[in-house]
Amino acid sequence: MKKEQLLDMYYQMVLIRRVEEAAAELYQQGKIGGFLHLYIGQEAVSTGLVAARQPQDRIITAYRDHGVALNVGISARQVMAELLGKATGISKGKGGSMHMADVEKNFWGGHAIVGAHLPIAAGLALGDQYRGSDGVTICMFGDGATNIGYFHEALNLSKVWKLPVLWVCENNQYGMGTAVERASAVSEIRRKADGYAIPNMAIDGMNVMEVYETAQKALAHVRAAGPFLLEINTYRFRGHSMGDPERYRDKEEVARWQENDPIGIFRRWLLENEKASAETLDAIEARAAADTDDAIRFAETSPEPTLDELFKDIYVEANHG
Amino acid sequence: MAKITMRQAISQALWEEMERDENVFILGEEVGIWGGTYAVTKGFYDHFGEKRVRDTPIAEAVIVGAAIGAAMTGLRPIAEIMTINFAFSAMDHIVNEAAKMRAMFGGQMRVPMVIRTVSGGGRQLGATHSQTPDAVFAHFPGLKVVAPGTPYDAKGLLKAAIRSDDPVLFIEHATMYQVRGEVPEEEYLVPIGQSKIQRPGRDVTLAAYSKGLDLALKAAAQLAQEGIEAEVIDLRTLRPLDMQPIYQSLEKTNRLVVVEEGWKSYGVGAEIAARTQEEAFDLLDAPILRVAQKEVPLPYNSTLEQAALPQVVDVIAAVQEVLR
Repeated sequence: MKKEQLLDMYYQMVLIRRVEEAAAELYQQGKIGGFLHLYIGQEAVSTGLVAARQPQDRIITAYRDHGVALNVGISARQVMAELLGKATGISKGKGGSMHMADVEKNFWGGHAIVGAHLPIAAGLALGDQYRGSDGVTICMFGDGATNIGYFHEALNLSKVWKLPVLWVCENNQYGMGTAVERASAVSEIRRKADGYAIPNMAIDGMNVMEVYETAQKALAHVRAAGPFLLEINTYRFRGHSMGDPERYRDKEEVARWQENDPIGIFRRWLLENEKASAETLDAIEARAAADTDDAIRFAETSPEPTLDELFKDIYVEANHG
Repeated sequence: MAKITMRQAISQALWEEMERDENVFILGEEVGIWGGTYAVTKGFYDHFGEKRVRDTPIAEAVIVGAAIGAAMTGLRPIAEIMTINFAFSAMDHIVNEAAKMRAMFGGQMRVPMVIRTVSGGGRQLGATHSQTPDAVFAHFPGLKVVAPGTPYDAKGLLKAAIRSDDPVLFIEHATMYQVRGEVPEEEYLVPIGQSKIQRPGRDVTLAAYSKGLDLALKAAAQLAQEGIEAEVIDLRTLRPLDMQPIYQSLEKTNRLVVVEEGWKSYGVGAEIAARTQEEAFDLLDAPILRVAQKEVPLPYNSTLEQAALPQVVDVIAAVQEVLR
């Protein structure tokens, strides 16, 4: 991989971290409403996947979507403005934290009903197959989503129709507060794909280069031969959402995972492999921090949506009561 | 003009739109090799092939979900849900995904999808296979809900639904596939969202749709023999609901009866009565009456089932009541 792309990946991971740390503060100040699910700890997953995709590859994810949003190139300004519910947000302030998308960048959303976007991902992939495009749909979901019927209906159909979809289970070890082994009959999630004869693999999601390299191979497989499931093991350092008392795990467990901070791992890798100097990486971190500050200023000074927006964008054709 | 059945009208609409636009395709249970459980897509698989007439597993959530996704890429899927009772298995995708996809992302996406499904009782299929829950689906902004009562409207509305850039639930009635009506040879569309006078009259207004229209027209024919001229308004679309023809009719009749097959509580009649008293109270000379299904799960036994379903005599009795 070119050095520029590696450094850009590093920038993206740090930017996600900074933007979300800022979002947590703004949430505490009451400036962000609703739910806020932070991606902190999982940055290597979306960063590696997005780096591995081709422009024609679609990506769709669940509600923990700020990472993908920033990876695909939605500006920190538009992400922050959406979190603050402003007219300049990527979804015009109508979606919020869980519903960011940018169709121009082939990012088909943040979806908030657990598992419900898997059938939709099958349909996105069908769209490409129908037209003879070689695009692949990357569908990310949590470990919790593998216990709901949608997962099984979607995997089954994807195999029956040989749809070009890369199923990616981000296993962060807990569905809300319930550990995988307490909710799933099979705790090695990738084995569920065996039931649908879908080839599969489990990898370390704290190492962005492992995610990137495996995703490239998996995408090539899907392009040539149909669906593949990748289980990416990771960990969220923060609660499920803001206000999670975290009674289901102890501080030692969190600390143990934090020693494997994906940003720290990648930084060390870049230094050890002489891809960048410490000064270069420091400068990237400073730029991500500055861009985050700029995004906050932009979002805070952006206008609220006007009331006439209430009845817009509901139908394509004339809006009816 | 040729008289054809409701089944033929729907089938023609699908065939013509598939011939017209490569992006239109059908997916659902038994739509292909079987030819459709109501035989609507008979012959389609052989003509259009398995790419465009796609048999699916019995898995309603992924049928509707995949249709939504394909529509988001610009295709025009027609998802067939064998009966509306099974649509509950896809309820999340219909109401949480299809109906909200555009609004939730600030207008970035469009879902030009049709869900064709079959509603209605009267065939002794028991409680889970006989429901008429059309009003449930009409509750949600973001969806369009169409339920024709004549072959002419079925053909024109289905073609309009397929060309619509918004998600449309297209509800057919299980006992009306053999209903015959005049359908022109030449191409036409019927716009979604317009109610229509199906029979003019001056004494009382009957607002109805789908099977209710059938009952209302039969009642009107009998009432005419007693010298009572009922004006029958066909809603045709439940969302968006066009009330204007009803108000125009009430200018003449000042009396309104609503006929629907679904349960009375929270139903289509409830909505029409509420809107009428909110928007046209001064036009009313009598309480609005609703003819609807009794509040029971439909039994298998035919006598009991028919006792629960609204009948022509119920419509006549309601008309006599509002004219008293």
